[in-house]
Amino acid sequence: MAQQTATAYTAPTTPATPARASERAHGHPSYVKIWGILLALLAASIAGPFFGIMWLTLVTAFGIAVVKAVMVAAYFMHLNIEKPLVRYMLLAIAALVLVLWAGIYPDVQKSEGQNWRQAERVVRPAGDAHAKPAGEAGRH
Amino acid sequence: MATSVPLATTRAATGIPTARLAMWWVIASEIVIFGGLLATYVMLRLHHDHWAEEASHTSTLAGGFNTFVLLTSSLFAVLAHQAAERGRGVRAARFLWYTIGGGATFMLVKAFEYTNEISHGYTMFRDVFWSYYYTATGLHGLHVLAGMVCMAIVAAGARRGENLHRVELVGIYWHFVDMVWIFLFPLLYIAK
Repeated sequence: MAQQTATAYTAPTTPATPARASERAHGHPSYVKIWGILLALLAASIAGPFFGIMWLTLVTAFGIAVVKAVMVAAYFMHLNIEKPLVRYMLLAIAALVLVLWAGIYPDVQKSEGQNWRQAERVVRPAGDAHAKPAGEAGRH
Repeated sequence: MATSVPLATTRAATGIPTARLAMWWVIASEIVIFGGLLATYVMLRLHHDHWAEEASHTSTLAGGFNTFVLLTSSLFAVLAHQAAERGRGVRAARFLWYTIGGGATFMLVKAFEYTNEISHGYTMFRDVFWSYYYTATGLHGLHVLAGMVCMAIVAAGARRGENLHRVELVGIYWHFVDMVWIFLFPLLYIAK
């Protein structure tokens, strides 16, 4: 019987199991420094649109978001020192999402064919949540 | 009273502790949920030119502040993990409660935002943008709430010095929720 008995499981820092024994020993980087960099990046992403340049806004908004996400994943979630299996697993799942998205995207963008009706914009006046849409074709 | 240790905590076929591997699977399933949601944004945004106009009614200040709050709460979560690895349960529990405080602040700001938007007529059924906005931020908010509850349970154990390995696991979840917001923020508050 592989089960053990104990009053409570209180050995998180000791290598009590094979898994714990093989677990990566790692030092902790300066998390406050990483947090400071993340805040600086946040400030840059908010400041970007004030220049009124489209490409700069895209870079500061989405480029910086990717950099921030990678930093959080690598240093806070410790993916930089996690076993490669986990990275492969997460990337495979992300790829699956992309494949599913790619299967739907053409249908949404090219609204032609039988029994297809081009969706029109529906905007109800502010404060009138029960107003009817402009026309039947407006239903989305 | 004797309690049994689950078999899964005493072995690991992959070399990764089973509990942590399970948490990565949770994260993988969350990638499908939120990945689909973010991909939907791209589809709808390219199909509806007016989204930029609708997005101009969201508060960049509130969104930016909430990003700051979540990034800071993530810092507390990783400091809790650091304390747990050093066997300092009480300190870990304290950082977990700081993290919960960050989550509560986030939800409070979001509640003010919702109140303001709804009172100005920007309800879920006004436009596709607002349907997306409430779906995405609402689902994210539910995850924040769930994380706060889990963290409180883990903090209670950590204070007694029990199950300190759970501090890292709940932290991984919290960082993922933070990452989702990192992408939602530019989509809903910056791209105007």
